[in-house]
Amino acid sequence: MRKKPIPSPPRWAQRFLEWYCRPELLEDLEGDLQEFFGRNLAKHGLRKARLIYIIDVIKFFRAYTVRPPKFLSSMNYPTIIRNYFKTSFRSLAKNKLFSTINIVGLAISMSVGLLLITFVAELKHFDDFHANYDRIYRVINTYHEPGEDPDEYASTSILTGKRIEASLPGIEDMVILNRNFQKDLQTDEKILPFRGLWASKDFFRVFSFELLSGNAEAALEAPYSIVLTETAAKRLFDKIEVVGEEVTVGDDKYNITAVMKDPPPNSHFKFEMLGSMITQDNKMKAAQDESWLHWFYMWSNYVYLVLPDQIELATVQAGLDQISQEENKQFEKRSIELNLQPLNEVVMSRNLSNQIGFNFGTQLIWILIGLALVVMLSACFNYTNLSIARALRRSKEVGIRKVVGASRSQVFLQFVMEAILIAFLSLLFSYLVFLMIRPGFLSIEPRFLSRIFLRPNPVIFLYFAGLAVVIGLLAGFFPALFFSRIDPVKVIKDISKLRLFKHVNVRKGLITFQYILSISFIIAVSIIYKQYKYALNFDLGFTTENILNIDLQGNSPVLLKQELESLADVTDISASKMVLSIGDTYSSTIKYQDPLDSTYIFYNAIDENYLDLHEHQLIAGNNFRPATTEEKEESEVIVNEKTLERFQLGTATEAIGKELTIGGTKMQIIGVVKDFHHSTLWNKMRYFAFRNDPTEYGMLNLKIASSDISVTMNRLEAAWKKIDPIHPFRARFYEEDIEAAYSETTGMIKIIGFLAFLAISIASFGLLGMVVFTTETRVREISIRKVLGATERGLFFLLSKGFISLLVIASLIAIPATYYLCDKVIFAEMAYRAPIGILELFLGTFLVISIALLAISSQTLRVARANPANTLGTE
Amino acid sequence: MKGTNLGEFEELVLLTIAALTTEAYSVAICDHLTAHTGRAVKLGMVHAVLNRLETKGFLKSSLGEPTKERGGRRKRFYELSTAGKTALVRAKSLRDQLWSVIPEFVFKGMI
Repeated sequence: MRKKPIPSPPRWAQRFLEWYCRPELLEDLEGDLQEFFGRNLAKHGLRKARLIYIIDVIKFFRAYTVRPPKFLSSMNYPTIIRNYFKTSFRSLAKNKLFSTINIVGLAISMSVGLLLITFVAELKHFDDFHANYDRIYRVINTYHEPGEDPDEYASTSILTGKRIEASLPGIEDMVILNRNFQKDLQTDEKILPFRGLWASKDFFRVFSFELLSGNAEAALEAPYSIVLTETAAKRLFDKIEVVGEEVTVGDDKYNITAVMKDPPPNSHFKFEMLGSMITQDNKMKAAQDESWLHWFYMWSNYVYLVLPDQIELATVQAGLDQISQEENKQFEKRSIELNLQPLNEVVMSRNLSNQIGFNFGTQLIWILIGLALVVMLSACFNYTNLSIARALRRSKEVGIRKVVGASRSQVFLQFVMEAILIAFLSLLFSYLVFLMIRPGFLSIEPRFLSRIFLRPNPVIFLYFAGLAVVIGLLAGFFPALFFSRIDPVKVIKDISKLRLFKHVNVRKGLITFQYILSISFIIAVSIIYKQYKYALNFDLGFTTENILNIDLQGNSPVLLKQELESLADVTDISASKMVLSIGDTYSSTIKYQDPLDSTYIFYNAIDENYLDLHEHQLIAGNNFRPATTEEKEESEVIVNEKTLERFQLGTATEAIGKELTIGGTKMQIIGVVKDFHHSTLWNKMRYFAFRNDPTEYGMLNLKIASSDISVTMNRLEAAWKKIDPIHPFRARFYEEDIEAAYSETTGMIKIIGFLAFLAISIASFGLLGMVVFTTETRVREISIRKVLGATERGLFFLLSKGFISLLVIASLIAIPATYYLCDKVIFAEMAYRAPIGILELFLGTFLVISIALLAISSQTLRVARANPANTLGTE
Repeated sequence: MKGTNLGEFEELVLLTIAALTTEAYSVAICDHLTAHTGRAVKLGMVHAVLNRLETKGFLKSSLGEPTKERGGRRKRFYELSTAGKTALVRAKSLRDQLWSVIPEFVFKGMI
């Protein structure tokens, strides 16, 4: 029969007690608890008794029972600490090569860490100057359409704002913004363009922008009120005491009701002026424009709410759901969902379309942090590897320390401290590197300008120090463990007994990891670069060659065209609403015969020259007719093939003459163009319409034939100045526009390219160190082999083969892994892309391996060629 | 001098130890106090006070024999040191003195 176990208190609780309790108190305490356990067992049963025991053990964790931690007592001797520093510095100075490899590697990798710490800290500080920072929320839209993924927008409709104002209780304050307030302000002396926002009256109650003069409460209350920023006021009036002055905007007179300080750099949105929303409201009402308050007019309006402290977000959300449900009723298929987004997530958020001001996707931040971490880890591995490899030289010291009474934990501490010391030394250098790479990083994104500065403050310096400690711990942990385990008797009696090669597999693993990293980075860079080139040279279905797009900025296309036509370098001119294929879209609703089947269609308004100038292929029907002077209702449209598919309009020829309703107007299809890429390559081709509405023109497209671009540009600018002396001439070649559309990719190439460079240098340094170490320890063996007749080539091969096999393993892992990552993750969402070729996969690998071979051969050849007499002669 | 004055609970513990004579160890003290004061005296409190009184020099302690109900661990028996005794006597005489000057009618019928 099995003996029934005696009921006992939980073992782990006993151990915990034994661990923390002072030894002189322990026995008594344990006895007492055991006695109570016995009593509780009889009274309450085993489970409760054990529970009480655990609680008691935790309750006894008090100042007087806890023994002081051991390392503190050993740290109390400043002499020992001084000695640690001294030995650390001596060993640093003694092994210059290894110290340099370690410090340089850590320094350049940590600089990326510093950069990211500062960057994220600055992002975190966005908008925190608002007094209501924690309580401000933005209302955002999610657009649903059957058969398509829902799209999230940072914007919402003005109607949403009005509905919230009217029917959502418990909101402290709210503001509705519209970003289309780009106007020229005119005084008696000057006329200047400004960019601003329409804002409803409580703007300054929601946001804490500082006013220099004027009344914050009333500034945006009356129609035709304008609040100028300090800079705008100075530009327009050359002074800032301008409250009460009048400015002319088009046909209207506006009053300046307040002057405010410029929005600080860490405000997510920027503006030069604010106009009172009610101005625009009244105008739209007078013009009976229904679109202004339409539920789907959600492209350029923003609603911010201040919620009271005690309110439940769920209640507000329920209110928003109620509103959207009521409004969606009128629409059959499309619907909008309203959501709340806290202000502190506006800058660092997931990707929303139609952002106002600055934002930076969290996804990208995590990718950057991940990449920086692996690079820093790689540098830590160098330290780990080299320290253990050099153990031979340090182990005697450790042996002596142990003999004179150092405990394992003290030795451990010593080596961890040494690593942290080196990390701090590296921190100094990495700060210099950080200063060097900072301008480069800032120039990657034009959006960073005057928003992100990467200026570390004292708190951030504390984070830097924290990073150094973490890096030191990571790098030093394994060597410290190794040294603390050394048996003093063995090392002092016979050093050769030290099992130095015991950890050889770990070290090989670390080197392999570094090379996997390097190879992956370089492959990723070449794949992304190829993708970028592919996107730039992609056949969009029309030509972009030698086309210069001029932003009309509100000027008459007819006048400007007349002015430009006379120039010799301009061979052809067309007008359009916008530049296609660079990611911008305009859309309108479209219906065919079924009144319930409405969707949105992207469109561009063009004149009769546009299709020819861009060499679009008209596969059926005709082009628009030349514009006449008389005004006429828009009645014709040219669509692409995809539109025919969507509404089952038959073949291109069959479709001609059929009638579509676009944006409420009936239009006849007069032509069909071949499908072309109207958006970036991240998006699939959709149905698309060319319309012929001269009121919508915003661009002139010039076909340029010029031998000297700068001369031509000067001539164009001179012509522009004649028409519009106020606005600066804004023109860009189509190719430049497309390049700009993929600027995120260029940024990615630069960042990953830089990281690849770091990873490769760190790995190569580390490898060099390991090769130096291996060859040094094997000098005698090599010499003897040579004496016995080994050839130089044989020796070279003998020394190198271990490393080369590591490189081969690394490439075998890195190539498929990176291929998979790029194919399935990075470019998975790209609708049209270049296939990943053999060249991208192997060119980088080849490069990395050649650098590595160079490092290996530089050392192995030296040893293999050395005269054995020199090394053996001293024995 | 710091530590010469006794707190109420300290005094109770000292008195209990005096009463228990040779059987004064933590659990017994705890039980005795619970029985006499009627309040639930926690082991943790008693322990802390014993520890404090010993560092103040009011108590001496010695380890006894291992017992079964303590899982083979020894008890720590406490006894009053001379300082402890003096402190108790002083506290008592202080009280007596104060009691003696209270006019009889104040507590008339209560004692």
